[in-house]
Amino acid sequence: MSALLEVQELRTHFFTRAGVVKAVERVSFALARGEILGLVGESGSGKTVTGFSLIGLVDPPGRIVSGSIRFDGHELVGLPTAEMRKLRGKRIAMVFQDPAATLNPVLTIGTQMMLAVQAHGGGSERAGRDLAARTLARVGIPEAASRLDAYPHEFSGGMRQRVAIATALLHGPELIIADEPTTALDVSIQAQILAEMKQLAKQSGTALIWISHDLATVSSLADRVMVMYAGRIVESGPVSTVLRSPLHPYTRGLLDSLPAMAKPGQKLNQIPGSTPSLLSLPPGCPFAPRCSRADVLCATDPPSVTLPGRLALCHHPLMAAA
Amino acid sequence: MISFWREYRENWIAVVALLVVAIVVSAALLAPWIAPQDPYDLAKLELADARKPPGHVGSGGYAHLLGTDAQGRDLFSAILYGLRISLQMGLAAGVLGMALGATLGILAAHRGGVVESAIMRVVDLQLSFPAILLALVLVAVLGQGKVPLVIALITAQYAYFARTAYGAASAERQKDYVEAAHATPLPGRRIVFRHILPNCMPPLIVVGTVQVANAIALEATLSFLGLGLPPTEPSLGMLIANGFQYMMNGRTWISVYPGIALIVLIISINLVGDQLRDQFNPRLRR
Amino acid sequence: MLGYIIQRLIQAALVMLAMSALVFVGVYAIGNPIDVLISPDATQDIRAAAIRHFGLDRPLHEQYLIFLGRLVQGDLGKSFVLNIPVLDLVLSRLPATLELALASVLIGVFIGIPLGIHAGYRPDSLFSRGVMAVSVLGFSVPTFWVGLILILTFAVNLDWLPAGNRGPTVELFGVGWSFLTWEGLQFLALPALNLSLFKLAMMIRLSRAGTREVMLSDTVKFARAAGLSEYTILHRHVLRLISIPLVTVFGLEFGSTLAFAVVTETIFSWPGVGKLIIDSITSLDRPVMVGYLVLVAFLFVTINLVVDLSYALLDPRLRRGGRAA
Repeated sequence: MSALLEVQELRTHFFTRAGVVKAVERVSFALARGEILGLVGESGSGKTVTGFSLIGLVDPPGRIVSGSIRFDGHELVGLPTAEMRKLRGKRIAMVFQDPAATLNPVLTIGTQMMLAVQAHGGGSERAGRDLAARTLARVGIPEAASRLDAYPHEFSGGMRQRVAIATALLHGPELIIADEPTTALDVSIQAQILAEMKQLAKQSGTALIWISHDLATVSSLADRVMVMYAGRIVESGPVSTVLRSPLHPYTRGLLDSLPAMAKPGQKLNQIPGSTPSLLSLPPGCPFAPRCSRADVLCATDPPSVTLPGRLALCHHPLMAAA
Repeated sequence: MISFWREYRENWIAVVALLVVAIVVSAALLAPWIAPQDPYDLAKLELADARKPPGHVGSGGYAHLLGTDAQGRDLFSAILYGLRISLQMGLAAGVLGMALGATLGILAAHRGGVVESAIMRVVDLQLSFPAILLALVLVAVLGQGKVPLVIALITAQYAYFARTAYGAASAERQKDYVEAAHATPLPGRRIVFRHILPNCMPPLIVVGTVQVANAIALEATLSFLGLGLPPTEPSLGMLIANGFQYMMNGRTWISVYPGIALIVLIISINLVGDQLRDQFNPRLRR
Repeated sequence: MLGYIIQRLIQAALVMLAMSALVFVGVYAIGNPIDVLISPDATQDIRAAAIRHFGLDRPLHEQYLIFLGRLVQGDLGKSFVLNIPVLDLVLSRLPATLELALASVLIGVFIGIPLGIHAGYRPDSLFSRGVMAVSVLGFSVPTFWVGLILILTFAVNLDWLPAGNRGPTVELFGVGWSFLTWEGLQFLALPALNLSLFKLAMMIRLSRAGTREVMLSDTVKFARAAGLSEYTILHRHVLRLISIPLVTVFGLEFGSTLAFAVVTETIFSWPGVGKLIIDSITSLDRPVMVGYLVLVAFLFVTINLVVDLSYALLDPRLRRGGRAA
C-alpha cells in the first residue's frame, strides 16, 4: 500500500502573550490508504492540534512553524488557502467532539448538508438533496429523506453525530480525522458509532485518524496507535503489540490506569503528577518528572528506539517485555 | 488605588481623555475669572458686535477668540459659562439619579418578593421606553428651569442605575458570605452597607460616568429643542440652537464652537467610562 | 403557540392601559392649559365656559375615563389650538415619520450589519478599527449635533443635498411618500442618515460582538472543515446565528427611532409627528401631546409583541416549546 499521508517533523506552535506554546513538536508519521490510526493522549497533549494542522485549520495565534504534510504526494504546508479549501470536505474531512456545538442550531440538517455539497461544485439542488439523503441513510438514519427538513435539536445526541459523520462522508473523502467523536455520547451509543465508523471506513477504503484520550476505544477500532505526550509522539506501533507490550513508560502508565486492565479488587494505577505546561517544558524528556525510570540521562533529548514497525521516544524503554 | 492608576495609565487614549475632562471641568469652574466677558450681563452686550467672526476685536477692546453670537456675546465666554451649566446639570442628574436608582435597585434585590417585582417591572418598562421622550414630556409639564430639567433627567435615567444596582446586588445576595451574614443577627442595614453596597459600586461608577455624559447630551438636546433652560442662562445646547439659523449664511462658528466643546466633553467622559469599565470587569482582565 | 400569543396580547393590552393612565395623569395633572387657550384679559364667564367646553372642570379620574372611553373608539379629542381631531392630525403626519424611521433603520441594518460582521471577522484590520471608531462616535455624539454637521457639510458647503423640508411626495395608497422619486430621495437622504447614526453604531457593535463569538465556535470550524468558503460561512451560518439578538434590538430600536425622530425632524423641518409634538409642547396643546404619546406607546407595545413572536420564527428551538427558554 502506498502512503496516503506522510507527516515529517511537523511543528505547530501558538504564539501567546505568555510565551510560545509548542502544541505539536516534531511529529512524524505515515498513514496508508484505508488504514485506521488511533491518536491517543491526555487533554493538552497536542492530539487535537495535530488533527487541525492536517486539515489546515489551526486558529491564530497558532500556526505551523515547520515540517511537511504530504497528502497523496502533494505538500499541504504552505498551500494557498483556496487550494486547501478545495481539499477540505472533498478529500480530507473532519468530525468533531460535540455534535451539539458543531451543527448550526438555526439551519435545517438538509440546508447544512446542502451547503457542504455545494462547497465542492454540488450541481442541482435535487441532486444535492438526494446525495444528502443517501449519505444519511448510510450512517443509519431512518427515513433520511424526510429528516432533511428537521433541525439539529430534533435529533438525539447520537443521531446528531451521525449527521455530522454523514456530512463528512458526503464527498467520499480519502481521509477522515475524527476528534473524539464519541466522547460526548452515551456509552451504548459510543459502541454503536464506533462499530459503524469502522465498517464505513473499511467499506469505502477511507483512512481514518481517530483522536481519543481513551486507549480502550482505540484498541477496538484502530490498526495502529500513536501515543502523544506534551506535543510529541512518544510511542507508535500496531495496536495489539503496543497494548500487549508498551515500550514507553507513559504508555505503560496509561494502560495501567485502564479499568479493564486491572484485576478485580486491585486499585487503579494513576500516573503521578500532571501534564506539564507546554510553556515551560523541562529540557530533555518531557515525561521525566513523572517517570519512575527517569535518571540523569533523561535531562537530555530522548532517542527514538525503533523495533520493526514500532517506535518509542525513551532512554529507558521497557525492552524486557518486548 | 496606585495599581488601579498604573493600569489606567497603560491606555494613553484614556489618559488623554481624563486630561481633557480635567481641563474642561477646571475651565468651567474658573469661568468667572478666565472668561473675558460675563455673558449674562446684558448691559455689557453691544449689538454692534453681533455675529462677528473669530478674532474680531469688539467694542470691549479685546479680540473675540471664537467670534460672537447674535446678541453680540463673546462666544468663548458663553461656551465657558455654558459648560458650567451643562456640567452642573449632568453631575446633578448623574449623582441624584445614581442615589435614587441604586436605592431602588438594592431595595428590590434585598427585599425580594412584591417590592422586587413592583420596582423592577416599572424599571424594565421604563428602560424599554426611550429616555428622551420621557424627558421631553416632563420638561413640557414641569416647565423650564434648572430644577424641572434635573428632575426630568433623573426620571429619564434612574432606571439604568436601578438595573445595574439590582443586577450587582442580586448576584451578591446569592453568594455564601451574604447568606452567612443573614444568618447572624446583624441588622439588614448593616448587611446592605457592609457587603452589598461596596460590591455594587464599581458597576454603578461605570454606569454613572456614562450617564453623566448622557445627561449632558440629553440636556443639550432638550435645550436645542427649546425645552431646556430659559434663554437667560444659555447652556451649550441653546448656544448651538441660537447659531443654527445663521449657519446657512456661512456664519458657522456660532453653532460649531459650542458644539465642539460639547462633543469633546461627552466623548472624553465616555472614553474614561470605557476604560473604567474595562478595568472593573474582571472578565476582560488579561 | 396560540396560548402564548393570547397571553402576550393580554399583557400588551395591560401595558397599554397603564401607559395611557400614566401619560394622561402626567400631562393633565400639572399646569393649566386654559391659561394658554384664552387671553389673560378674558372675562371670568368666557373663561368658565371654555373650561366647561374642554371638560377641564371635572375630576381627573372622570376626565380619564371619558378619555379612555373615547380612546377605545379611536377618538383622541380635538387639538386645543388647531381645533381638528387629534387622530386625523397625528395620522396625517405619521407617514412622514414612518418613512423617515424606516429609511434610517434600513440604513442601520443594511450598512451596519455587514460592517459589523466585517469588523468582527477581521477585528485587527485598519478598516475594522475605523468602523469601530465611527461606531463609538455614533454612540456618544448627540443626534442634533450630527444633524448640524450633515447640513453644514452636504447642504451648505458642498451644496449636494437639500437641508430641510420634505420636498415633493408621490401618492401611493392615498398617502404621500418621498422615496418614490429621485428628488424625494434627496430630501430624505440627510434626515435618514442623521437618524440612522445611532442605530448604525448599535448594529455595528452588536453584529461585531456576535460575529467574533460565532467565528470561534465549533459550528464555524465544522463548516470550514467541510470546505465551505468563508463567504458562505459568513453569509449562511454566521448571519443566521447572530440575527436573533439583532432582531430584538432592531425592534426596540425602531421604537426609539420614532422618539429620536423628534430631534431630527426639528433640525430638518421634516413634517412628521416628531415636529408635531414639539410644536404641541411649546403651545401646551395637551390633547395632541397625549395623543402622540398614546400612539407611540401603542407602537412600542406592538413592536415588542412582534419582536417576541418573530423570535419563534427565527429560532426553531423555540417554535415548539412556545416560550423562550
